[in-house]
Amino acid sequence: MKSITEKLLEMIADYTGAFKGAYNIREDAACAGRQSSEHIHITSKEDMPGLDIHVDPGTKGETVFIPACVTHGDVDDLVYNDFFIGKDADITVVAGCGVNTDDEGEARHNGIHRFFLEENAQVLYKEKHIGTGKGNGVKTINPVTDATLKSGAVLTMDTTQISGVDKTLRKTNAVLADHAKLVIRERLLTDGDEEAKTEFEVVLDGEDSGADIVSRSVAKGNSVQDYVSCIVGKNRCTGHSECDAILAENGKVNAAPKLSAFHTDAQLIHEAAIGKIAGEQIMKLKTLGLTEEEAEKKIIEGFLK
Amino acid sequence: MLTLEHISWSAPGGDAIIKDVSAKIDDGKLVVVTGPNGGGKTTLAKIIAGIETPDTGKIYFDGKDITDLDVTQRAKLGISFAFQQPVRFKGITVRDLLELAAGKAFSEEELCDILGKVGLCTYDYMDREINAALSGGEIKRIEIASVLARNTKLSIFDEPEAGIDLWSFNELIGVFEDMRSKRHGTQMIISHQERILQIADEILVIADGKVRTQGDAKTVLPTLLQGEKVTDCPVGRANRA
Repeated sequence: MKSITEKLLEMIADYTGAFKGAYNIREDAACAGRQSSEHIHITSKEDMPGLDIHVDPGTKGETVFIPACVTHGDVDDLVYNDFFIGKDADITVVAGCGVNTDDEGEARHNGIHRFFLEENAQVLYKEKHIGTGKGNGVKTINPVTDATLKSGAVLTMDTTQISGVDKTLRKTNAVLADHAKLVIRERLLTDGDEEAKTEFEVVLDGEDSGADIVSRSVAKGNSVQDYVSCIVGKNRCTGHSECDAILAENGKVNAAPKLSAFHTDAQLIHEAAIGKIAGEQIMKLKTLGLTEEEAEKKIIEGFLK
Repeated sequence: MLTLEHISWSAPGGDAIIKDVSAKIDDGKLVVVTGPNGGGKTTLAKIIAGIETPDTGKIYFDGKDITDLDVTQRAKLGISFAFQQPVRFKGITVRDLLELAAGKAFSEEELCDILGKVGLCTYDYMDREINAALSGGEIKRIEIASVLARNTKLSIFDEPEAGIDLWSFNELIGVFEDMRSKRHGTQMIISHQERILQIADEILVIADGKVRTQGDAKTVLPTLLQGEKVTDCPVGRANRA
């Protein structure tokens, strides 16, 4: 494994020289290390690049690491990872992607993840994206997540992308059966000329299914962000989406939330707020002894925490 | 000691709000600033904290001319300000705010000490975000706690009782009495509350942008409402359409 990969892994997957339990490290479109555990089985797909990850029913408290790194330009990585989470399992998936280029070539990672959660399965999905390197090559990360949640399943997605990635298009689609829950916490910071687009489509198919999507973002420099969300309520269900964005310098944000209710007991809410940091917030922190710059930094840090 | 010399301030529209105010606030005193609504009390407090800049006049703090210092510089010198309507922050927790205020990390015991004074349980609140989920009374107590955490030479509280329920108000009085008894710096409290006026060492009455009276609380308190009357509607009954 390259040293740059190790550095990226430290940033995206809390790597400290080794992973405990099941893992697969993807480096420049190839496998740089893999281990299955007693209850989590990782195998290569035969007909396309990527992995099948099977988690045994009832597996509790285990973590599977599947980070991907691109270490130089002229790499266009495409990977299909499928997660089959057995009934009543309760596990954590640490994904994450680091893209580095020190040259002029484009470094791109396209990760297509499909999740199949059986009845009452619970997954915490943690994903950090980062772009590094001195090169002018464009760094691109395009993640796609398609999730199918059976009755009572819960998927919590905790995603973070804090600057350095030039272009990103994130697509998240989910279909939820009875009593299934989807929780998404997205944190995004763009700077320079970066572009980031996020699209969510959640179909609340089952009775008492629910989705809670919260996206917080900061657009600095000349960066541009697009937020599109669509929650479809087809049954008695609850859906909430919230898009909060802070603008700094010449940052631009488009937010297009959509709610579709096809059942009289569907309760769907959307909240969106876009604006620069409130002057009162900066003033409060100045009265505590912070300078204007320190206050802005603290407010953004807290907002994206 | 805080000294105000001939302070004047006009609103952006040109209306004179503070008109040639001069006053001295001695160290270690609990001074209550009171007076009719719209008289300029909050503006004067904001001028002391540096949030508003006076058109004329000088401000001295411990003998140093701070007129041209900004809010941050004055805060660092030891001036704290609790806002009447505290601002909310998405993502910043109660612990974060108190640690920013103190400029250091707190142990849970230290947090308990500060939050307990404003009637909040540390374990229930330290990890709460200071967002719209907090009630008006809760956010007000956190605001006061942020000033207590700084423990500065001069603490200014702008209507600390506003939005606080009757039961918590009793505890709040206790906080100010405690600060006074331990002589934790100078406290300047803008208030209309009789209970707060009763614990004052000194009372400063600001009306129509001027100092009407300043003096020992025992002397000023009985005279507070002398000469006050309800102002008639400026349009007048006869002129109404």
